[in-house]
Amino acid sequence: MVGRALSTLMVFVLAVGCSAARAETIRVTIKGLGFSPAQTQAKVGDTIEWINEDFVAHTATVRGEWDMMVPVHKSASLVLKRAGTVEYYCRFHPNMKGSIAVAPE
Amino acid sequence: MSIRLGTAVAVACLISGVAAAQTAKPTDPQIAHIAYTAGQIDIDAAKQATSKATNKDVKAFAQDMERDHTAVNQQALALVKKLNVTPEDNDTSKSLSKQATDERAKLAKLSGAAFDKAYVDNEVAYHKAVDAALENTLIPSATNPELKSLLQTGLKIFKGHLEHAEHLAATLK
Repeated sequence: MVGRALSTLMVFVLAVGCSAARAETIRVTIKGLGFSPAQTQAKVGDTIEWINEDFVAHTATVRGEWDMMVPVHKSASLVLKRAGTVEYYCRFHPNMKGSIAVAPE
Repeated sequence: MSIRLGTAVAVACLISGVAAAQTAKPTDPQIAHIAYTAGQIDIDAAKQATSKATNKDVKAFAQDMERDHTAVNQQALALVKKLNVTPEDNDTSKSLSKQATDERAKLAKLSGAAFDKAYVDNEVAYHKAVDAALENTLIPSATNPELKSLLQTGLKIFKGHLEHAEHLAATLK
């Protein structure tokens, strides 16, 4: 009984461990008023991290969904929850655009 | 519409007129002064709008303008200090300031939705004019590569502001 509980626990730990190892952090640099890379690929569960190297603040915004503030020389992260392609832009400088193709987990 | 266009054309002529009037390109110290003055004008307009605007998006836009133009002007000040350049006042800077003072006085007489619309319309016209001046006169005339680079970054920021202002203007119709 104890043995079975332990092995169940081990399977659980293994599963959690694997899924954590699989999730990646994808970095998007903001420099000179542009997202780099402007187009990126990820999967559900991955984290997108925007790193702002500019001297003005930016956002990574999807109207009605997210509005990530990326202050001067700071970063902001978001875990991707849904598959599909998302187009985002900077609310302060709408000429800055990026997209992420999110594959299912 | 004709007033907005008139303002834009006047400012564009004014800034690009530097070269024509002096039959020489503006010098780096003059360019630095013009760029800084143009930024300060938008900061002053933003301060007025922050206190007078009633629409929350217009108020937020004004705050964005104040923050960005202050950041650009801080970079400009740091650069002229580093390069040991003293910005040089000139007729273009003086005319820009005078025109801006007149515009602020006009806006001061308005309130509510009329103020919001006039401010945003003027921001569209002003950014169009400043972007054109940067692209056609100030950037090509700048000789110091760091000054040129800062003006180019400024232009990208201000093109963003123009698009932002145009989106906002469309919602105020």
